Amino acid sequence: MTTPEIAVTTTNISTTPERELLMPPRSFKDVLRSGVRWESGLVILFLASLVYGWSVTSYFLNMETLFFAGLNFGEIAIMALPMTLIIITGEIDLSVASMLGLSASTLGYLFMHGWNIWAAMAICLMVGILGGALNGFLVTRLGLPSIAVTIGTLTLYRGIALIVLGSNTAVGFPAWTQNLSSPIGNTHIAYDFALFVVLALVFGVVLHMTALGRSIYAIGLQPETAFFSGIRVKRIKFSLYVVSGFLCAFAGILYTFQQASSASDTGVGLELNVVAIALFGGVSIFGGRGTIFGVVVSVAIFASLQSSLTAINISGQAQSIVTGCLLLLSVLVPNAIESMSRLWPRIRSRRPSMEVS
Amino acid sequence: MATTTAGSTFVTKILRFRELAIVVAIVLVFALTYLKNSSFASTASIQQMLSGPSIIIMLAVGETLVIVTRNVDLSVGSVLGLSAYLVGDLFVHYPHMPVAVALLVGLLIGLVCGVVNGAIVAYARVPALVVTLGMLYIIRGIDAIVVNGVQIQPSQIPQSFVNLGSGSLIGIPYLFWIAAVAVAIVGYVMRTFRPARDLYAIGSNPEAAILAGVRVPRRVFSAFAISGALAGLGGALWLAEFATVASTAGSGYELNVVAAVVVGGVAIFGGSGTILGAALGALLLNTIDQALVASRVSSFWNQAVAGILLLVAIAFDRYVSLRAEKILRVEGAHRDNA
Amino acid sequence: MERVEAPEEAPSSDGHTVVNPHESEALLVVERATKFFGPVKALVNGSITLYPGEAHALLGENGAGKSTLVKILAGVHSADGGYITLDGVAVKFSNPIDAREAGISVIYQEPTLFPDLSIAENIFMGRQPLRSGKRIDRSEMLRRAEDVFVRLGVPLEPSRLARGLSVADQQIVEIAKAISFNAKIIIMDEPTAALTEVEVQRLFDVVATLRAQGAAIMFISHRLEEVFAMCQRVTIMRDGAFVKTSTIDDISIDDIIYSMVGRDIVSLYGEHSRTPGVTVLDVEHLTREGVFTDITFSVRAGEIVALAGLVGAGRTEVARGIFGIDKLDAGTVTMAGQRIKTGSPLQAMNAGIGFVPEDRRQQGLVMQMAIDRNASLASIARLSHLGIIRQASERKLASEWAARLQLKFGRFSNPVMTLSGGNQQKVVLAKWLARQPRLLIIDEPTRGIDIGTKAEVHRLLGELVEQGIAVLMISSEMPEVLGVADRILVLHEGRLAAEFSRDEASEALIMRAAAGQMKAVAS
Repeated sequence: MTTPEIAVTTTNISTTPERELLMPPRSFKDVLRSGVRWESGLVILFLASLVYGWSVTSYFLNMETLFFAGLNFGEIAIMALPMTLIIITGEIDLSVASMLGLSASTLGYLFMHGWNIWAAMAICLMVGILGGALNGFLVTRLGLPSIAVTIGTLTLYRGIALIVLGSNTAVGFPAWTQNLSSPIGNTHIAYDFALFVVLALVFGVVLHMTALGRSIYAIGLQPETAFFSGIRVKRIKFSLYVVSGFLCAFAGILYTFQQASSASDTGVGLELNVVAIALFGGVSIFGGRGTIFGVVVSVAIFASLQSSLTAINISGQAQSIVTGCLLLLSVLVPNAIESMSRLWPRIRSRRPSMEVS
Repeated sequence: MATTTAGSTFVTKILRFRELAIVVAIVLVFALTYLKNSSFASTASIQQMLSGPSIIIMLAVGETLVIVTRNVDLSVGSVLGLSAYLVGDLFVHYPHMPVAVALLVGLLIGLVCGVVNGAIVAYARVPALVVTLGMLYIIRGIDAIVVNGVQIQPSQIPQSFVNLGSGSLIGIPYLFWIAAVAVAIVGYVMRTFRPARDLYAIGSNPEAAILAGVRVPRRVFSAFAISGALAGLGGALWLAEFATVASTAGSGYELNVVAAVVVGGVAIFGGSGTILGAALGALLLNTIDQALVASRVSSFWNQAVAGILLLVAIAFDRYVSLRAEKILRVEGAHRDNA
Repeated sequence: MERVEAPEEAPSSDGHTVVNPHESEALLVVERATKFFGPVKALVNGSITLYPGEAHALLGENGAGKSTLVKILAGVHSADGGYITLDGVAVKFSNPIDAREAGISVIYQEPTLFPDLSIAENIFMGRQPLRSGKRIDRSEMLRRAEDVFVRLGVPLEPSRLARGLSVADQQIVEIAKAISFNAKIIIMDEPTAALTEVEVQRLFDVVATLRAQGAAIMFISHRLEEVFAMCQRVTIMRDGAFVKTSTIDDISIDDIIYSMVGRDIVSLYGEHSRTPGVTVLDVEHLTREGVFTDITFSVRAGEIVALAGLVGAGRTEVARGIFGIDKLDAGTVTMAGQRIKTGSPLQAMNAGIGFVPEDRRQQGLVMQMAIDRNASLASIARLSHLGIIRQASERKLASEWAARLQLKFGRFSNPVMTLSGGNQQKVVLAKWLARQPRLLIIDEPTRGIDIGTKAEVHRLLGELVEQGIAVLMISSEMPEVLGVADRILVLHEGRLAAEFSRDEASEALIMRAAAGQMKAVAS
């Protein structure tokens, strides 16, 4: 009995015909192809940005640039790591920057009220854990949509930061903390950068090589199947939010020490930068797709571009245009590739063609 | 003959109930604040309560159209900022520009931005969150370049325009009239015309909408275009209200708008919600803002309260839909056993 | 059930017999429609004739070309060859809207309703009646919707939201939509798959009403009993081509199967040795409010116990309750003497239960993930060393099971969605068998699978119990239940209605128990 081995949509009777027309136009092969292509594309882009930077100023490729880039981008890069995992599971966390601000404000407030700096830091990290737990609780226990929830907690945490620190600026942190804004020892590596690299390795191993990472992808692609296979979907999502809260609080502490001050508006608006970096790194907003490597290269590209553009005196705000364009390209280009590949007859023979009216 | 189930009545009631609940909440907040500070009910204060949220109401109207189709427009804040500045700049060069023209220019600037958003989301079929986020960055960047550190000063804006922002007609601020008219018109259209009903269909079940012959790309495109236009108009009104624009105007506004819309009962995943609800949501959030100021609670509490309110609103919506589902499920079972 | 008149037989010019029960003009004639997707011949000879007022079943195995033919009629695809005439006029549809305007409506298994809009608006979306100034006339819309429901004889409230409607009610709304389009031909794809008995009867009545009004109904169904109850004529397809058409009176079930399969089915179900051992699963007083009550039974090693009953009786729900997907309100689950904590799939898995769910595409597999990763999905913890998954072990698992189950695939890294239904089911089985469960719960083991693979699955189940595994099977296919199971438990509306051993069971007895016409078994 020969059953043509064509894609399941025509042999499985329970799929509605129109459904086929409307499914996201990706077979895994295309996804895989475009994924590998995406990460490779990113690497090429990174090298191109280095070339550009070098062409703009001959100082570009020296160590100091690396140092400052690492310093400026450290916090955003660190926050992008848990964000990546959360987006892969199909959720989002828009409260990251507010948590950074809340942690910074708490640190400032406690320190200014005579707390021991270590104890204050511990409290900040606890706040991060609690904030993450609240997000996790609302999303997993109450089943609320994460985009709406984290807009709410974004507002709430920023609000609490305001209540805690008001319009004050906390200064006068212990002298040793200022070392964080200097390179490590004799190298030109910023502490931020080093921390990011370590964390990236940990996240990379977890996401790509462990059962937890596999589960995260399964949750993003098909949460019901994941649950039916014994994966603890809720627990994993909850934990990811807690990790995110913790790391954002940690980033807030780092940021404060680097700036040697903290205010309640620390980090306002950064959440969109973090999301942008993850999306540009190949993490699909729909979930189930993305790599740590892609995000790392994405960070590198943004950092490098920022350095070169600043070197030619383009303001931070104006650099936004570059961020925006990169973000748009990150979704338009894969789409364009797909549309083109659908026109190739070779691809056509593997799947039923969809005649669009 | 036709049976109305308790479940469906429950759902319909809750939906109408939502707008009523917000009105009740507004009245409650007002009453409580009045008790603490009787000047809260003064003419000036009430006028402030009406004109304050007017701009965000305009943006909320546009955002509702977009969210109903299961998309989101995160660029509205930057569009507002850009429009406010450009209109102001136009006044600097053409001090005798009529008010109506200024408003029209603002609207057109927003329309252009909305059209770009709409074209990309609707025709290139890419996720709206990413596109409007990208546009947020791009527009902010353009704004920064255009503004170039120069701030528009009140003295550069003609009095007639400033009057629009601070004057009133029969005691009600012009700004509120404009917002109210927008709400009335768009609200009516959303209930009464086929193309608008298409928007709800798209958000409720995108695949079914295509099957039903709805021209999805066209409608989604229009929703973004209108959202942009209203944000642009909002920018012009911003200029009228504050008479000063820096390059940070409107920054971060988009999340406030989304929050207002969700509090107002518009489902974040589309398909349901009313213009009136969204407007009331914005009004409620703003009233709470002003109430906190009036009751001498430090204004630092505004944000926290807004955040809590949003979370409560979302949780409440979820509770309602779960209850409704349970009632309908149990009913269904009983009906079959009857 | 109305009886059709004895047909007039008139050979058509193409050689296949045209049967004209109503002696009227054919409504729809499809002759030799073809459709190719690249080198794949999905349809080589699609032919069918529909007369007004008839209910006509389109039968065939998966891959026979039925869905392609329907898609062509629905306007989703356009035929590469052949011709279609509707009311004597040649037609070609370029999109689904064309087809609908021409009078062909399709009712799919999955709902295409708008949950947030009213039933009336669902019916008239895009065509809402207007009053002056292009404004929607809501009262007119409600009135027209009400009219349609009166015509159908179904009391649904047009102003209520579509959200929360049962599958059966959703179908009615879809039918109402079709009527509002003045559909002359209504095609229904597996309409009774998710209906309770009462709802099936209601559907039969609605179909009779539609037929009386002159519409032709085309059914795609695998449920031959219902086909015999509801239809006047059948058309059978195989391998993309027309095989036979006949009135229902002139054909037997064996004929149909033979035409569908092309060979005699000798033994579909195989034999396995039946030596039940110790009790593996013990469930007592399982209750989930509104769904099932006081379910008590056990399953022993080496036996296949089937849960039979009508859709909606609670069979899948009981299975889900045992496996921990749904929380139980009362009752205990004991595996090999140990009570297990309910409400947690992980606990069930650790106790040795595997669960092959009903919906393999949504619940059994991650469609976009690779074949080997799907196979290992329930074993990733076991395959990890110090937290890292060992690729070599994963590959070994996949290849061992692929060989054992005779999986037909391209590469292990291909996404599982590239496989046929039968092979997909094998991957799900591999996933659970890799854990060496003591109890395998399998829900609709051969749904949507071609007959060849069906036989393989049944053989596999037999092998499993011979090795001492206990199997709890849920099936809606009576022949499967009777052919495979050692013991049959029948559920009726959430309660255990009867228990039969293999020898004493018969289709009639099971049906009666499922319909609630037997005293409940004392547990």
